Amino acid sequence: MVAGSGMYALAVEGVDAAIAAGAGYADARVVIRQQERVAAQNGEVESLVHATDAGVSVRALVGSSWGFAATSELTEPDAARAGADATATARASARVGGPGLRLEDVPVVEDSYTTPHREAPFTVPLDEKVRVVTEATRTMAAVEGVAIATAQIMLWDTEKWFVSSQGHRIHQRILEAGAGMDATAVDAHETQRRSYPQAFGHVETGGYEVVRGLDLVAHAQRVGEEAVQLLTAPPCPSGEMDLILESSQLALQIHESVGHAIELDRILGWEAAFAGTSFLDLERLGSLQYGSELMNITADATIPGALGTFAYDDEGTPAQRVPIVEEGVWVGALTGRDTAHLAGLPPGGMVRADGFNRIPMVRMTNVGILPGDSSLDEIIADTRHGVLMETNRSWSIDDKRLNFQFGCEVGWEIVDGTRRRMVKNPTYTGITPTFWSSLDRLAGEDEWQAWGVPNCGKGQPMQVGHTGHPATPARFRGVRIGVNGGEGRG
Amino acid sequence: MTSDTSAAATERLVGLEELADHVVAILAGHGDGVEGNVLTVHHRHGLTRFANSSVHQHVREDSTEVMLTVAVDGRTATASTTRVDHDSLRALVDGAVASARLQPVDPLWPGATPPEPVTAAGNLDPGTAAADPDERVGVVAAFIDADDALDAAGYVDTELIEAAFASTAGQRASGATTRATLDGIHQTATSAGSAHQTSVRIADLDGAAAGRRAADRARRSEEFVDVEPGRFEVILGPEAVSTLLTFLGVYGFNAKSHHEGGSFAELGAAQFDPSITILEDPTDPRSVGLPFDAEGTPRRRNVLVADGVTRSLAHDRRTAARTGVASTGNAVPGGSSMGPVPTRIVMPPGEASVDDMVARVRYGLLVTQFHYVRVLDPKTLVATGLTRNGTFLIRDGAVAQAVGNLRFTQSFVDALAPEAVLGVGDDDRYADGEFGAGVVICPSLHLAGWNFTGGAQG
Repeated sequence: MVAGSGMYALAVEGVDAAIAAGAGYADARVVIRQQERVAAQNGEVESLVHATDAGVSVRALVGSSWGFAATSELTEPDAARAGADATATARASARVGGPGLRLEDVPVVEDSYTTPHREAPFTVPLDEKVRVVTEATRTMAAVEGVAIATAQIMLWDTEKWFVSSQGHRIHQRILEAGAGMDATAVDAHETQRRSYPQAFGHVETGGYEVVRGLDLVAHAQRVGEEAVQLLTAPPCPSGEMDLILESSQLALQIHESVGHAIELDRILGWEAAFAGTSFLDLERLGSLQYGSELMNITADATIPGALGTFAYDDEGTPAQRVPIVEEGVWVGALTGRDTAHLAGLPPGGMVRADGFNRIPMVRMTNVGILPGDSSLDEIIADTRHGVLMETNRSWSIDDKRLNFQFGCEVGWEIVDGTRRRMVKNPTYTGITPTFWSSLDRLAGEDEWQAWGVPNCGKGQPMQVGHTGHPATPARFRGVRIGVNGGEGRG
Repeated sequence: MTSDTSAAATERLVGLEELADHVVAILAGHGDGVEGNVLTVHHRHGLTRFANSSVHQHVREDSTEVMLTVAVDGRTATASTTRVDHDSLRALVDGAVASARLQPVDPLWPGATPPEPVTAAGNLDPGTAAADPDERVGVVAAFIDADDALDAAGYVDTELIEAAFASTAGQRASGATTRATLDGIHQTATSAGSAHQTSVRIADLDGAAAGRRAADRARRSEEFVDVEPGRFEVILGPEAVSTLLTFLGVYGFNAKSHHEGGSFAELGAAQFDPSITILEDPTDPRSVGLPFDAEGTPRRRNVLVADGVTRSLAHDRRTAARTGVASTGNAVPGGSSMGPVPTRIVMPPGEASVDDMVARVRYGLLVTQFHYVRVLDPKTLVATGLTRNGTFLIRDGAVAQAVGNLRFTQSFVDALAPEAVLGVGDDDRYADGEFGAGVVICPSLHLAGWNFTGGAQG
């Protein structure tokens, strides 16, 4: 067992062992991550989980391949063994090696950072958290017709010490907090669900004040009632018409059809066999029309409170704001030091790992759209026939990030500028650049929100990433809406 | 296998048993009314990842984790840690007990797991447990070299899981398992073809054969046409069938979902075609996985669907107690929210070869694999996703040509309904699926209809 001040020493031990074994570059991370999840169902505590995972990992570069070794044993001999293993593993890859990898230069810094927060999440009494989730679910479950009501509070406190063979010494403490709830109504034929504030909950960087700000209990009655109303709501109309997305669904649309597509490791083919590649070709960087002129996307790891905010990524590169799409034209990508060098791009500080035992990889930071000058009310008033869709229910996109289909929890048919009625099982489908080119109205800063997605899967072994997606309500013209498969679904 | 390897594995298992007993002892020290389950797991995983026909990531993990569920007068809490020194373990137990004391009574807590013999030890291959990076790279090289004019990507991994369980009620269990997987694609400029192999033994992985299969699919898909979406007769390869079965398991045969009204399953009803049988079978000699679940319950053979009739669900001790049956050994770590999940799904083979099934199709599609499948309605299991890595048009009993990828929106229950299954293949094997390797053993299926709702261009 090593005290906090000894963590740098462990990391140094790992890096030195990797370099001594022949690596051209090495870095090490000591990570101690605590997670707490308090969940309730129908007024009863469903699970109360506290997890700690801690360990040291070393990443070593030999020729064209990274070697990576992780151990949960926090001792100097084990850290050194991980360093030597990382280099040996990288060297074994030489039998099927490729062109040598080089790292783009970044500032070598010694620094420390803690997420700004008001209430450290684990200092809040557990019974207070339990009261929130049980009361919220009790309220939702009391609505006649609600079969299942769940709520959860999710908290993370992650400390990491990063050391590189180039001289980095960076300590960060990242705090993340969030909550969410949903009500499910069931009849003989189907289930309908409503969630708040978005599907799978919403998470930000910060302390317990994030959870307080969501005020689950205040929204519980409405969420329960809407779930029941959906059972008897008419089905979403089918056809090509205007689509209005509220901001959390637009956030997921950005995540899937922009965020993953601009990951440089995908573009370079590194994820081809699993998650897929990208329709984007680096030769068209700077000229490809991604969407309409209203489309301005940035990857900005400096937005206060957003889930993809930090001071340095897991390669020691400073957090920054990078333009991705400007007035509809593709201009930037998500990069790490190695992929940036291959593509001739600046390193964007976008490489992160899920815990001590996963290799850092290109990850979204806060990939979001800049606000427009309209409002949701104005957009609705300006729409003759369309559907407003809220809260994601399903998401699917092909392996080039082109062909997507999303389902939402609830739709509102818009006729002649007013919400005519609630509709159920709303879905829409499209092709990424065509869809984004149909963007013609975008709400303004007042409705701009940095949504947090805490469940982004990528990589092998699978890593779960935390990403942020600022978004506002938006309208898209002539979208194919209401795809139902023709059976078993109204 | 080497004797050194066996000795090391045995020594570690003893260590895990002692660790579990140690945590139970700390728990017992908290006095009357305190009970619990302890699971200790050592995980060694090596994964060699390749892309653009070269290895680019190569990782190894060695970790030990302690997972604890405690109950204090029926009030429960769960905690876990990778820090296994005495002080950390005491802090783990003390923290969990203190948390539990603050909670209301958990009405579904079934009590600590009582003694029940676990007779199997798990399928362990010492050679796989000790596999080094060079062995994995060797399999990768054979896959790539099968057609070095194409662009190869994928992974080879080896995994060793050793675990011990102890409860305050007296249950003790330990075991170990290994898994080795090769999953890869070969790509042309316009197409990709895949191959997958999973076994208890790395020696079973045949990189050259898998590489040839993937390359053949890729080359046959190089020139393709787009077909108009619609309802097609289909032959689904094992990877596509595996995805169906995984979703049936997670959403339908999960007893928690069933209890909450979110499952299609009706026990005793003929919900599937008579040619369909689905079971969990940890006794299958091909099966990877531990011989007991996260609650220390022995995994057992469980027939979920017999000749088209839904017969059983997957249970953990919570759902079993609620239903008045025995647990089927399907508890997963931290699974009180998710509920019990089948992780050893087997669909027995039929007698038809894929060629036989193709010969019976006048106009239809042969689908290798699905991609990014998501459920639109859990109860009817309407899901959407895309085809990937080889989709072919069948015309007049022969594979005519490759087609572009298609999007589907389809109820998985309806797809296997009575009279909807026209053939069950004889090609059962471990197949990759939406939730990864080592979960489903299944054959190809010939189905009467599948709703494709979009082409590559929408």
